[in-house]
Amino acid sequence: MAVVEREKLLEVKNLKKYFPAGKKGVLQAVDDVSFDIYKGETLGLVGESGCGKSTTGRTIIRLYDATDGEVVYEGEDVHGRKSRAELKKFNRKMQMIFQDPYASLNPRMTVKDIIAEGIDIHGLAKTKKDRDNRVYELLETVGLNREHANRYPHEFSGGQRQRIGIARALAVDPDFIIADEPISALDVSIQAQVVNLMMELQKERGLTYLFIAHDLSMVKHISDRVGVMYLGNIVELTTSDELYEEPLHPYTQALLSAIPVPDPELERSRERIILEGDVPSPINPPSGCRFRTRCPHAMDVCAAVKPKWQEAREGHWVACHLYDEEAVKQNN
Amino acid sequence: MEKLLELDNLHVSFQTYGGEVKAVRGVSLSLDKGESLAIVGESGSGKSVTSKAVMRLLPNRIGSIKEGAIRFHGKDLAKASEREMEKIRGAEISMIFQDPMTSLNPTMTIGKQIMEGLRKHQNMSKSEAKERSINLLKLVGIPNPELRVDEYPHQFSGGMRQRVVIAIALACNPKVLIADEPTTALDVTIQAQILDLMRDLQEKTGTAIILITHDLGVVANLAQRVAVMYGGKIVETGTVDEIFYKPKHPYTWGLLASMPKLNADTKELLAIPGTPPDLMNPPQGCPFAARCPYAMEVCIDHMPEASHVSSSHQAACWLLDERAPKVEPPEAAVVGGAR
Repeated sequence: MAVVEREKLLEVKNLKKYFPAGKKGVLQAVDDVSFDIYKGETLGLVGESGCGKSTTGRTIIRLYDATDGEVVYEGEDVHGRKSRAELKKFNRKMQMIFQDPYASLNPRMTVKDIIAEGIDIHGLAKTKKDRDNRVYELLETVGLNREHANRYPHEFSGGQRQRIGIARALAVDPDFIIADEPISALDVSIQAQVVNLMMELQKERGLTYLFIAHDLSMVKHISDRVGVMYLGNIVELTTSDELYEEPLHPYTQALLSAIPVPDPELERSRERIILEGDVPSPINPPSGCRFRTRCPHAMDVCAAVKPKWQEAREGHWVACHLYDEEAVKQNN
Repeated sequence: MEKLLELDNLHVSFQTYGGEVKAVRGVSLSLDKGESLAIVGESGSGKSVTSKAVMRLLPNRIGSIKEGAIRFHGKDLAKASEREMEKIRGAEISMIFQDPMTSLNPTMTIGKQIMEGLRKHQNMSKSEAKERSINLLKLVGIPNPELRVDEYPHQFSGGMRQRVVIAIALACNPKVLIADEPTTALDVTIQAQILDLMRDLQEKTGTAIILITHDLGVVANLAQRVAVMYGGKIVETGTVDEIFYKPKHPYTWGLLASMPKLNADTKELLAIPGTPPDLMNPPQGCPFAARCPYAMEVCIDHMPEASHVSSSHQAACWLLDERAPKVEPPEAAVVGGAR
């Protein structure tokens, strides 16, 4: 991808989200995460369960209040004191698609009311007819039809429900959509349908996505750039091609090599980096680099100093002492 | 090679308020000694129900085997009594479930749970069984097994729990191990550990594995033979190479094409349009006909017979009939480029 000066839609600066855990404990779900999202791009966020990727997404849209740091959307901070009217403005620009299409639709509302909820709140339809027409249009946009409007969620399959979730997000005509594992609950053949739909909509409407998932192959497919998270930190961020061709961070390397590929011959010949042990607890994370306890290249400096978030190559950010000459020198 | 387990025209149905759901509709399969067979399919394809039928773990009164035989060691498990099954479950055939969080008893120590089978099936004394439990924990790669044997499931992480579940399943040296989505609930790096462990254990113990999964990556990693299920039927079987490199059934093509490839650039995923059939009223003909881009008139009304592509490779599709037009698989379904 050509590196052109592009307009930033969203800037996340040193974002932190801590949750209280027990009497004295603090769970550092997201700890000092910074990245930008450009207009019209898809930024993928990958990592294993508990790495803080969903919390990051939810904090950006202010489902959670940030413990510290800023989320700047088109020059304005989303967090901080806000009146209802100000928040409403952000809510119209940012929408979310959730993982579980069974739990994220109210079973007692018709599809029409689910989709029109945002339209009603923001007063986007003047008459009942206008409201209906908008809903019908949205249903057709996501590949359903107007007959579906008066049905209830239980009458739909998982893939169809996810389409309803997408229509609901589109109803207020947002610019930015956070999709939190939107396809993980779906079957393979249905996953492809939903991903294709999301990519089409992006092309038609110029949407910007934050696509959160644990399935790296799907993230690679849909994203322009990908950020890798581990235990509350972003460890690497670059274009999706570069990330998969030349991963720099040892965790990214291990993560990529761990994915089984649907190609038996390749599977037989592939050398795998198998990480030992489990992810440590985010309540009491390791000092220095959080990955050092499982890292095959860990050095002394990794325990002492937290690695800097630095641009190792143009557009390729990584937080690892291996790519920090000073740190390596210090170590020797 | 000797056939260890043979399913012959198995039909399984569930009685629901809405009517009879025909979840498995005539499945025939065989498993050789020591081999690993993967059953692949999407939710509702009948893959889990098939395995539960083998273990006779279908819910009482609701689910039942309507027809067919399950031959194991000269015995028909479809007709075996509950008492006979109790001797087989855990001893001869054992099972690993998807969710290690719920398949362990939270109120029993890990050691007790492993010992349960050993005491019941092999009449071991308590001390013998405990020693064997510790050895098993060591075998599945749990550090400090002497200490951990007395701990409870909540003290273990997800990956470690799945290792414990595997230890329980292997305790009595079963001939067949049924693994129902054994890694689906786990993270990729932990999944890699567990797959590695399973492959390693299979080499060591010679247990035959039936792997049930929807993940073709896991299949390519672990299986020697593959059966693809759709709408309660097996639509294609073959060696893992045949299924990935020379697939014949359009559904298999669709599955392969709808997965993004990490090692190649896919512009657009080839989605399979539509949704799986309703097994309350299963289609008369090929279950995939309604979603198949190559469907012909005959597909709607008549179920195709399984045609032999090679001695190990069969597919049930009318396209393989000599009167059918020649169709090439879509490019997106080609695995591994030029082969």
